[in-house]
Amino acid sequence: MSRIASRIAGRFEALKEQGRGGLITFVTAGDPDLETSRDILMGLADAGADLIELGMPFSDPMADGPAIQAASLRALKSGMTLKKTLALVAEFRQQDKDTPVVLMGYYNPIYIHGSDAFITDAKAAGVDGLIIVDLPPEEMHELEGAAHAAGIDIIFLTAPTSDDARLPVIVERASGFVYYVSITGVTGTGSADIGDIHSAVERIRRHTDLPIGVGFGIKTPEQAAEISSVANAAVVGSALVDIIAANLDAGGKAKPGLVEKLLGLVADLAAGVRGAGKKVT
Amino acid sequence: MKKLNTYRGGPDEAGHFGIYGGRFVAETLMPLILEVEAAWDAARADTAFWDEFHYLMKHYVGRPSPLYFAKRLTEHFGGAKLYFKRDELNHTGAHKINNTIGQILLARRMGKTRIIAETGAGQHGVATATVCALFGLPCVVYMGETDIERQAPNVFRMKLLGAEVRAVTSGTGTLKDAMNEALRDWVANVDDTFYIIGTVAGPHPYPAMVRDFQCIIGNEVREQIQEAEGEGRMPDSLVACIGGGSNAMGLFHPFLDDEDIRIIGVEAGGHGIETGKHCASLTGGKPGVLHGNRTYLLQTDDGQILDGHSISAGLDYPGIGPEHSWLFDNGRVEYVSVTDREALDAFQLCTKTEGIIPALEPSHALAHVGKILGELPSDHIMVMNMCGRGDKDVFAVAKMLGVEVSQ
Ligand SMILES: Cc1ncc(COP(=O)(O)O)c(C=O)c1O
Repeated sequence: MSRIASRIAGRFEALKEQGRGGLITFVTAGDPDLETSRDILMGLADAGADLIELGMPFSDPMADGPAIQAASLRALKSGMTLKKTLALVAEFRQQDKDTPVVLMGYYNPIYIHGSDAFITDAKAAGVDGLIIVDLPPEEMHELEGAAHAAGIDIIFLTAPTSDDARLPVIVERASGFVYYVSITGVTGTGSADIGDIHSAVERIRRHTDLPIGVGFGIKTPEQAAEISSVANAAVVGSALVDIIAANLDAGGKAKPGLVEKLLGLVADLAAGVRGAGKKVT
Repeated sequence: MKKLNTYRGGPDEAGHFGIYGGRFVAETLMPLILEVEAAWDAARADTAFWDEFHYLMKHYVGRPSPLYFAKRLTEHFGGAKLYFKRDELNHTGAHKINNTIGQILLARRMGKTRIIAETGAGQHGVATATVCALFGLPCVVYMGETDIERQAPNVFRMKLLGAEVRAVTSGTGTLKDAMNEALRDWVANVDDTFYIIGTVAGPHPYPAMVRDFQCIIGNEVREQIQEAEGEGRMPDSLVACIGGGSNAMGLFHPFLDDEDIRIIGVEAGGHGIETGKHCASLTGGKPGVLHGNRTYLLQTDDGQILDGHSISAGLDYPGIGPEHSWLFDNGRVEYVSVTDREALDAFQLCTKTEGIIPALEPSHALAHVGKILGELPSDHIMVMNMCGRGDKDVFAVAKMLGVEVSQ
C-alpha cells in the first residue's frame, strides 16, 4: 500500500537527517481556558516542540494520573468541547503548516461526534495523527478505515506488558510512529529506568521500522535528552501540565507568566534533545 | 425487529452483544484482559471449578435462596401472584456474593495474589472483602467519597473484614469514579492483581462472566417455581432492579428464550427522567463507550459522562451492562424507571406488610411491581428479585424520612 508521506513521517525523516531525537509535547486543549491554551499552542513550535500532542478533554480519563485528570476537568469546566478542540487545531494550522499535530484522547466524545464525521473534520482542521487510548487494535476498526482514507496516522500505544506475541498485532496496524508507554501505570506517576527503556525500544524495533516515541514519566531536560538518544522522540506531558496547575489563581484563572513559564520548560527540553548528540538510527 | 433463534448466544468472540460490549481498554491492560479471558474459558469448561463454586454457594452463601410467595403483598395489590427470589438472605445480604465467589476462584486459578474492587453502595465491596478474608488475600476497595458518607455501616464492615477502603475524590466521588480508580490501580499492578468487577459491565469477558455466575439466581427459580406451582409451570413475568444489571441479568438470562415470559428491568428514575436527575441509562441515555465497553450511558452532547442521581447508591451508575443495551434495542426485555419517592414508599410498604426490610435497590423493582400487579389476572405468576436486604440503608432512610437515629 503506498501512501502519501504524512507530515509526521516527514518530521521524523527531518529529525533523522539532523541526527537527533525529537521532542513531543502534550497539553490538553482548553486547559486552563481556551485563550491561554491557544497562546500555549501557538508558542510550542517556536519554543522547540517537534511534534504537538493535543489532549481532547474527557470526563473519565481512565489511563491518566491526577495531573492530566485535573487538566481535563479544568478544560471541560472552562467550556471546552471536541468541536472547539478541532477549531483550535484549524487556527493553529493557519499559522503553522509544518508541525505535526496529534490528537490524543478517549473514544467516547469521538463516537458521539460520529466516527466518520470526526475523521472528516479532523482532516479539514489539519490533524495529522490520532492516539485513542481506549481503542486497542481489537477495537480500532471503528476509526481505521476512514483515518487511512483521509491520510491521518493512527498511532498505537505499546507498553511494558506488550510481549513479543502482542507487538506484531499492534505494529502491523500502526502508522506515523509507535508510542511506547514506558511504565505500567497511569500518566505522571513515575519514571522508568533508562536501561529498561532502551531494551524495550530495541525489542519494538525488531518488529517495526516506524519511529518510536517514548512517553510517561519524562519530566526533565536530562531525561528527555536520555530518551531521545535511545528512541526517536521523547513525549513530555504531566510536567507541562503541572506548570499550568501551579500558575492558577484562586479562581482557577491563568496567572500572568503561565504561558512563558510553560514555554520556558519546552525550550529547556528542546535544548536537551538537541544537545543529546548521540545519533539515532 | 427480526426474531432471533436464541437470546442466550452472546457475546461473540470479541465480546460483542450486537454493537455493544467489546474491549475498550488501554493497551497496557489488553494482555491481561486476554489472559483473564483465556483463564475464564478454561475455568468454565472445568467441572472441578463449578463443583467448588457450588459447594461454596451451598455451604458458605446459603443457597439456594428461597422462592417466597409474598402472600400479604399479593393481597395488598390484588391481582397476580407475587413471589420474591430471596437473594437478600445470602451471606452478606445481597446477590453480589454469587459473583465475588466465582471471580476469586478464578483469581486463585490464575495465581493472582492481590484483589481490587470498586463499590457504590458498599455491597459489592463487602462481598469482595468477605471472599478475600475467606481466601486470605489482601483487598483494596475503591469507593467514592460521597458514597462513603452515605454508606458508613458498609465501610466499617469492609474494614472489619480486613480490606483497605480507598476514598475516591476524582470526578464527583461516586461509583463511576471508583471504577476509573480501580482501573488505574489495575494498570499499575498488572502482574499480581485481579480486578473483581461488581456487575455485568467492563471489558469482555466480565459482562459474560459475571452473568454466568449470577445465573444461579434464575436457574434456581426455574426449579423452585415448579416445586411451588407444579411441574412445567414457569413464571409469567420477571422483575428486577438495574444498577449495572447483574442481579437482573442473573434472574433474566435463564428465561430469555422462554418467549412468553414478560421480562422487566427497573432503572433508577431519581427525581424523574424529565428532571435530568436520574440514573436511567437506557430510558434516559444513549450509546457510548466507557469502562471498557460500549453501552447506553448518561452523557452530554459532547460525549462527556454525566453523574447519575439516585436515592440508592447501588443504582447510581451512569452506564449499564452491554447485554442489557442489546436486549433493550431488540425489545426482548422491557425497561422502565421509578422515582426515588416511589422506591421509598415501596421500601416502607414491604417492611410493614411482609416483615422484610428490602434494600433501596430492590425497592425500585417493588415499586414497579406495585404499578402493574393489580391489573394482571390472578393466575399470573410474577417473580421479583429481592436482591438485597435493607440493613445498610436504615440510616439513610431515617434521614430521608426526617427521623433522627444515632449512628
Ligand atoms: C442490593 C443491590 N441490588 C442491586 C444493586 C445494583 O447492581 P446490579 O444492577 O448489578 O445488580 C446493588 C449494587 O450495589 C445492590 O447492592
